[in-house]
Amino acid sequence: MKIAVCVKQVPDATSHKRLDAATHRLDRSGEGVLNATDVNAVEEALGGEVVVVSLGPEKALESLRKALAMGADRALLVSDDAAAGSDLLATSRALAAALEREEADLILFGQQSSDGDGAVLWAAVSDRLRRPMVSQVAELKVEGAELTGKRQTEFGYDVIAAPLPAVVAVSDAINEPRYPSLKGIMGAKSKPQETLSLADVGVEAGVVGEAGSGTTVRSSSPPPAKSGQVKIEDDGSAAEKIVDYLAEKRMI
Amino acid sequence: MTTLVFLESHDGELTKGGLGVLGKAASLGDDVAGVVLGSGVRDVAAAAGAFGAATVYVVDDEALAAPLPQPRVDALEAVVRESGADTVLFAASVLAADVAAGLAARLEAGLNWDLADLRRDGDELVGVRPALGDTVLVEVGWTSAPRLALIRAGTFDPVESGGSADVKDVSATFQEFSTQARLVEHLTEKASGPSIEDADVIVAGGRGLGSPEGFSYCEELAEALGGAVAATRAVVDAGWYPYAAQVGQTGKTVSPKLYIALGISGAIQHKVGMQGSGTIVAVNKDPNAPIFDFADLGVVGDLTQIAPKLTELLRARR
Repeated sequence: MKIAVCVKQVPDATSHKRLDAATHRLDRSGEGVLNATDVNAVEEALGGEVVVVSLGPEKALESLRKALAMGADRALLVSDDAAAGSDLLATSRALAAALEREEADLILFGQQSSDGDGAVLWAAVSDRLRRPMVSQVAELKVEGAELTGKRQTEFGYDVIAAPLPAVVAVSDAINEPRYPSLKGIMGAKSKPQETLSLADVGVEAGVVGEAGSGTTVRSSSPPPAKSGQVKIEDDGSAAEKIVDYLAEKRMI
Repeated sequence: MTTLVFLESHDGELTKGGLGVLGKAASLGDDVAGVVLGSGVRDVAAAAGAFGAATVYVVDDEALAAPLPQPRVDALEAVVRESGADTVLFAASVLAADVAAGLAARLEAGLNWDLADLRRDGDELVGVRPALGDTVLVEVGWTSAPRLALIRAGTFDPVESGGSADVKDVSATFQEFSTQARLVEHLTEKASGPSIEDADVIVAGGRGLGSPEGFSYCEELAEALGGAVAATRAVVDAGWYPYAAQVGQTGKTVSPKLYIALGISGAIQHKVGMQGSGTIVAVNKDPNAPIFDFADLGVVGDLTQIAPKLTELLRARR
């Protein structure tokens, strides 16, 4: 079975994330890592023929190598200056075009990117690809040409079945991702890694980036500060300090 | 100019989230219509009139019986065309997020998400979105029509105005791929202990508890405070604690007076379910955990040391 896993490079969790003052876009100049919940999707795919697919700057290839080190077979990065500033519409257009070429039986997404917080890309991509889709999947089984996913909603779990080819977004609780072995890390460098332009995947520059987006950022500003926050390190007296704090606030 | 509001129903009732957004949309001065999609939902739909909808569009079809997003994209597309709406609003939920993004692709219409407010600026609609873990406030707009928006869960409370709605039936045709996924079964778990939605004090546990047994720290502390125990999605999915106690994006939204988080990193999925709490106290080993960005009192330390001692001190005060 061929599985395409859609992944994204995001700023390192320890870095200070900021928006560029002029473009209101996320400043991606710092250290990048493979988005944490995408790692669960990669883990879930291992065992099949796995290609990781991403849209991003050229340096995103470094993060895709982590997926290769875990055991994925190939990496495909669509990288093009014209794609910068793409919103959901534009991103899903470019990604769907790249995925069309792969003709995978199953397309996996992680739960949510740590920088965009949208958690909706799979729904737009599956509509463009005209494939059945199941999201928020905490358990996934594939038998023959059908998948079964245990989907979590606000009302409990729904067990959903769908025929392949299909799109599935997994939750971060679906598995415990492996750490890449030293052998895996060494081997990743020699695995096929392809960087394609938008033209290569048949997407015109005018339908991605800001030109191809349906939304715009008008302004950005610091939020109203939350006042009176206190942070302490436990020196053995933290429990007493919590009690004092709650007593002062008349909560106990 | 018509604004459509997607109204979800569950067990024969419209959910609060959509009704809250309906009230907000009505307050912006546009013609507001609700949309109810399902099977056997005509009676449920009429109830939206009391919450600000002048009209409710209903697609009542067997294909919409299961709570799945893709047939709802087909149905909503039909309602958008029928109504000529220029804006479609959704209260964020697992189902609504997938419907909204599918509709965006279908109509080539821009979608803004996680909005904490909406306002008018002349003819323009402006959305306000706290981004990057609420460290920046972004104002967003639309450059395509119709404008689609997902509103943060629990942002607006329903306002009962007592009106009545004109119910209009719309028929939809369904795409083959939209109806391929099917519901096999719905699993529910029985709740145990006090309900977290009504509790004044919640003690919540996450992966940092280390094991299912770690929940005893939460249970004892909650007992000492007369509160309820909650859990993150990660530990619920891992089977450490029942789903009924889950707080967050796919669980319950709570706003107790006091929320004590033990071993919870504070990922955005959890935060959206508890950020309305009065006072937030967090204990976590990791000084970089995002929860410290929004906790009122953050304690960097070992919860297995701190929680039992805290429980003991609180018991001694009673």
